[in-house]
Amino acid sequence: MPATEILRIATAGSVDDGKSTLIGRLLHDTKSIFEDQLESIERTSEKRGDEQTDLALLTDGLRAEREQGITIDVAYRYFATPKRKFVIADTPGHIQYTRNMVTGASTANLALLLIDARKGVLEQTRRHALLSSLLGVPHLVLCVNKMDLVDYDQRIYDEIREEFTSFAAKLDITDLGFVPISALQGDNVVEPSPNMPWFHGQPLLGHLEDVHIASDRNLVDNRFPVQYVIRPQSAEYRDYRGFAGSVVGGIFKQGDEVMVMPSRKASKIAAIDTPDGEVAQAFPPMSVTIRLEDEVDVSRGDMICRPTNQPTASRRFEAMICWFDETSHLRTGAPYQLKHTTRWVAAEVEELRYQLNVDTLHRDLTAETLEVNDIGRVAIHTTSPLFFDEYRINRTTGSFILVDPATDLTVAAGMIISAGGDVGAVSDTASIVAENITFHPSKLSRDERWGALETSGATIWMTGLSGSGKSTIATAIEHTLVSSGRAAFMLDGDNLRHGLNANLGFSPEDRDENVRRTGEVAKILAESGTVAIVSLVSPYKAERDRVRALHEEAGIPFFEVFVDTPLEECERRDPKGLYAKARAGEIKDLTGVGSPYEAPESPDLVTSPDLEEAVRQVLALLP
Amino acid sequence: MDEITKVRPAAVELDDLDTLEAESMFIIREVVAEFEHPVMLFSGGKDSVLMLQLARKAFAPAPVPFPIMHVDTGHNFREVIEFRDKVVDEYGLRLEVASVQDLIDQGIIKVGHELESRNRHQTRALLDAIKDGGFDAVFGGGRRDEDKARAKERILSFRDKFGQWDPKNQRPELWHLYNGRHKKGEHIRVFPISDWTELDVWRYLSREQIELPPIYFAHEREVVDNEGLLMAVNEFFPLPDGAESHTKMVRYRTVGDATLTGAVPSQATTYDLVIEETAVSRITERGATRGDDRFSEAAMEDRKREGYF
Repeated sequence: MPATEILRIATAGSVDDGKSTLIGRLLHDTKSIFEDQLESIERTSEKRGDEQTDLALLTDGLRAEREQGITIDVAYRYFATPKRKFVIADTPGHIQYTRNMVTGASTANLALLLIDARKGVLEQTRRHALLSSLLGVPHLVLCVNKMDLVDYDQRIYDEIREEFTSFAAKLDITDLGFVPISALQGDNVVEPSPNMPWFHGQPLLGHLEDVHIASDRNLVDNRFPVQYVIRPQSAEYRDYRGFAGSVVGGIFKQGDEVMVMPSRKASKIAAIDTPDGEVAQAFPPMSVTIRLEDEVDVSRGDMICRPTNQPTASRRFEAMICWFDETSHLRTGAPYQLKHTTRWVAAEVEELRYQLNVDTLHRDLTAETLEVNDIGRVAIHTTSPLFFDEYRINRTTGSFILVDPATDLTVAAGMIISAGGDVGAVSDTASIVAENITFHPSKLSRDERWGALETSGATIWMTGLSGSGKSTIATAIEHTLVSSGRAAFMLDGDNLRHGLNANLGFSPEDRDENVRRTGEVAKILAESGTVAIVSLVSPYKAERDRVRALHEEAGIPFFEVFVDTPLEECERRDPKGLYAKARAGEIKDLTGVGSPYEAPESPDLVTSPDLEEAVRQVLALLP
Repeated sequence: MDEITKVRPAAVELDDLDTLEAESMFIIREVVAEFEHPVMLFSGGKDSVLMLQLARKAFAPAPVPFPIMHVDTGHNFREVIEFRDKVVDEYGLRLEVASVQDLIDQGIIKVGHELESRNRHQTRALLDAIKDGGFDAVFGGGRRDEDKARAKERILSFRDKFGQWDPKNQRPELWHLYNGRHKKGEHIRVFPISDWTELDVWRYLSREQIELPPIYFAHEREVVDNEGLLMAVNEFFPLPDGAESHTKMVRYRTVGDATLTGAVPSQATTYDLVIEETAVSRITERGATRGDDRFSEAAMEDRKREGYF
């Protein structure tokens, strides 16, 4: 029998979308429903007086669910074709079940969303797409269902497809597929539909069978969280010492040089054992036992990696969390237990940065807590360092759960965005960074440097809408300063996106990261004695404040300059044609059009509309 | 052939059985690492044989670091008990027996007559044995494809100090981050083969050439058709008045209390033939063979709430 892969699918939606009918049809047409199951739900349907057999009963396994005709919990269904095995995690779609959707999506390779062709893209669809993106589900398939009820009209399908595509552009979705179907009639579910000859793609099942998932694993960054140390007490294996665990990233090979976190002891892989003998290499998701050449102290919770490619080690990090517990809400500063890979550590949520509205993508910076089904960004502090990667790089080393020690309940699930570097902890610089990575203090003090060079650095941060004139003013300032013999350097948002920030998109998280990186570079330039002139839309107040805090912490002058050109004027100028595109619907996340701009509340300067006057104003700020 | 060409090209994909095996081994190791006194339920049935095999793999070359427990109704198929003892002996395991008969003899469990089903009484025997043994984690061989209620259960499933399951208050279970924290007196049921289907189990046992009790393969047996179940006629199931027994080729798809586990007609005498049969079977294994799950739509859920496996 050829190797078959397992594809894990997360579905979400209500009965109205025809989700249960679709799952029922997939199971039925792949002969995965058993006769006794079918008879049993027929009996129940009859008893309830349903007109037709309710296929939802197949997945609604609990008494309360059947009695109330609702889905409460994640249900797992299994079916197989000769090509693949499928595990469906089926979850209810309503907002109050966000946590169930998050659970189902956490291990999914693919998210299956349904849209009723008559209703188009709904709030619920957008929410499901956002959650899939947040949980890093690599593939998304949108089924436009009930095509039979709209006369198999291609125009309707195309419109929905277009609308959803432009919404999806705002999210972190790499692979998006569309299939027009009728679950009830079976169109494009298993067989291509004769009713929609205009559709040239594969039917849904073919798509599910063929979607390429082997590359979704991270095979680059070697990560092996040690689960258990195997030390047989028998005479035969007296000296055996193996570190058991699952490979969660990269490919480990016999003879590889490795490093063990947190001790940072180096060794080589002597052998990789499986119960069926030694293997030359191990990759995700293999469960193996690694033996090392040297007697290195390794225990559960340690991580084996490569000396040249280590996870971040830190006690502080930023994360998105989803609150799960109905009986408690997020308490900042309260003690929680945190599980990450094979480690438990004590942790506290230092700060709630914002709550994310999963329907509108709005960030509520004033939120003070998270309750059940809420999602928000937080800063977390742990008692001992974690060895992690960003969730988007590795779903295993980037995820964690929070447990309330009083109740032992899992209260939240989290996805790591980045190592800490936050406003609240600025006075505690050393602890922001990795436990064992210390700053190399520069031998020269800043005063010595600036004094010797007869210069002084500063950062001028110009924020405003696209087309507001930031870059024009910045260029003029750079020119003026350099001509006068003072070191100055312009950091332009667009230019940085070609290099330093080339891997970032326009999601809120990427925008944050864009600002963070640019802020760090500006600070380094300023520290060296240069005037860093940043021209960046930087729409979010929180991120700008963070950059300011970073500078203030280092004692470097920082000036927030607001180029307050009204949107209508920016749009009239439209130097890059972005507004035209946004209005035409080609881009959806342009700041000011499809994405919010949070104006500074107390900038150091609001520039004059007159260029020369603006330049003069900015120069007057500098010491 | 030189050294290099012997090394096979780098294939970095696992097939479905290897993936299931790896995930189950991970779960078993997590539990052993985080709990003080785990125990594994072992009935001699195919699911517990599979589970034990995965446990052996998870800790090789060290022995399985926990005892196994048999909840013994006293209504056993002889072949299964022989098989159980052989396995214990061969692998050097420690066996705990939670005996329903003992509880009956002590007057703790009252039965109407000797041959009534003791299925439900297993719960009491199990919970007592968990308490007496001080076990904090109990591995069970339940699979989600077996039953609707099991399809909803977590891999690590919390039990309160009365051993009860509350299906509406289950801990969320994300990624592979299992939360087995509990207070003294409470325990966790662990289902490491949750994601395996009946066919997976058979394919794996066949691939690994693992021995099973012989009743899993087709053999001749005296049976009687009893309310749609093919019951073996023996000391646990005497021929009902007026009924007629036949000698047929049958096999068992599940192994349970001999008073209510039925056989299915079968010619499948080998693994390959069983797999063929399983692949085309249109009836679930529990529906085909278990009187206990036929009582009501929620039979399993109700028993599970009380503390059943």
